[in-house]
Amino acid sequence: MDAKIKETLLNPIFKGNPITVLVLGICSSLAVTVELKGALVMSLSVIIVTGLANFILSLLRNTIPMRVRIIVQLVVVAMLVILVDEILKAFAYPVEKQLSVYIGLIITNCIVMGRIEAFALGNKPFASLLDGLANGAGYGLILVIVAFFRELLGSGTLLGARIIPESFYEAGYMNNGLVILPPMALILIGCIIWVQRSLQKDLQEK
Amino acid sequence: MEYINLFVKSIFVDNMIFAYFLGMCSYLAVSKNVKTATGLGVAVIFVLLCTLPINYLINGFLTNNPWGVDLGFLSLIIFIAVIAAFTQIVEMVVEKFAPALYGQLGIYLPLIAVNCAILGGSLFMQQKEFAGLGEAAVYAAGSGLGWFLAIVCLAAIRERLQYSKVPAALKGTGITFITVGLMAMAFMTFMGISL
Repeated sequence: MDAKIKETLLNPIFKGNPITVLVLGICSSLAVTVELKGALVMSLSVIIVTGLANFILSLLRNTIPMRVRIIVQLVVVAMLVILVDEILKAFAYPVEKQLSVYIGLIITNCIVMGRIEAFALGNKPFASLLDGLANGAGYGLILVIVAFFRELLGSGTLLGARIIPESFYEAGYMNNGLVILPPMALILIGCIIWVQRSLQKDLQEK
Repeated sequence: MEYINLFVKSIFVDNMIFAYFLGMCSYLAVSKNVKTATGLGVAVIFVLLCTLPINYLINGFLTNNPWGVDLGFLSLIIFIAVIAAFTQIVEMVVEKFAPALYGQLGIYLPLIAVNCAILGGSLFMQQKEFAGLGEAAVYAAGSGLGWFLAIVCLAAIRERLQYSKVPAALKGTGITFITVGLMAMAFMTFMGISL
C-alpha cells in the first residue's frame, strides 16, 4: 500500500508530468509565469482545486449517472474555482488582479477535468485526493521553473527582490526584454521537454 | 471605424493563442493535419460568435439587475453553463440536420465546451467592459478568426515538419512548442498596430 501511495504521489511530478508528458493544462500555465509570485499563487490554486475536485467527485462517483457526469463535474469545479477566486480577492487583491482571467480559467484547465475522468471516477476518495494534489504539484513545478528563469533573466529579480547586483548593470549587463514576452514561455517549456526527454529516453516519440 | 480597429486588433495583436495562450490544449492536440484543424477552427469561431453576445447580455443583467444586488461572482458558473449548454445544442442540431458534417466534427464539438478560448473570450469581454452588443460580437468574431488562423498555420507547418530531421528528444511535443514560440514572435510584429 505504501508503495502504491508513493507511486501515486511521485509519478505525476516527474514521469507522468501533466505539462511536459501529457501536455495538459497549458492554456492557463504560460501567461502567469512572468513573475515567480504569480506562478506560486497560481500553482497553489491549481493544487487546491485539483485535490478537492478529485476528492469530492470520488465521493460522489457512485451516485452520478454517467450521462450527466460532465455537467456535475463542471459545477463542482466551478464552485471550487469561485471559492479560490473570492479568497484571493479578499486576501491577495494585487496578485488576483495580475492573474486576471487565468484564475477563472482553472475551470477549463484540462488537468482538472482529465484527472477527474481518468482517476477520481474509478478510485477511493483518499487516493484521488493524493492524485489530485500530486498532479497539481507536477503542474506547479514546471510553472515555478519557467517563472524562475523568466523573472531572473527578464527583470533581474526573484519574488520582487533584486538578485543581479547594480555593478553588473554598470558594467553593461542588460535585462533580456524578450524573456518577459509570451513567445519565450513556449520556447522555455520546449527546452524543459527537451531536457526531460534526453534524460528519460523511454518518453521520446518515434 | 472603431469596429474595424477592434476586429483587426483581436485577430493579430490580442491573438488568443500567441498573446494569451488560450485554447492551447486542443490547439496542440488537433493541429496534426490541416483538414481537421480547419474543422475545429470553424467550430470555435461559430461557438465564440454565439456564446459571447449571450454572455454579454447575461453579464449586463447580473451586474445591473432590478433587485440592485451585484451578482458578479455568479458570472463564472453561468458562463460555463451557457457554453456547455450551447455546445450540446449545436452538437444535437448538427447531428440531426448535417450528419456528414457531424461525422467529421463529431469528436471536436464536445471538446469545445472545455476550450479555454471560449471561456477566455467571455472573461475578457467582462474585463474589457464593452460598450455594446456590437462590440462584443465583433470581438468574438475577431478572436475566433485569430484562433482559426493560428491553428491552420501550425497544422500546415507540422505537416511539413514530419519530413525534417528533428533531434530525437525534441520530436513531437518539444518541437511543436518551439515552433509555436517562433510563430508567436512573428506575430509580435503586429504589436501596437491601431487603425
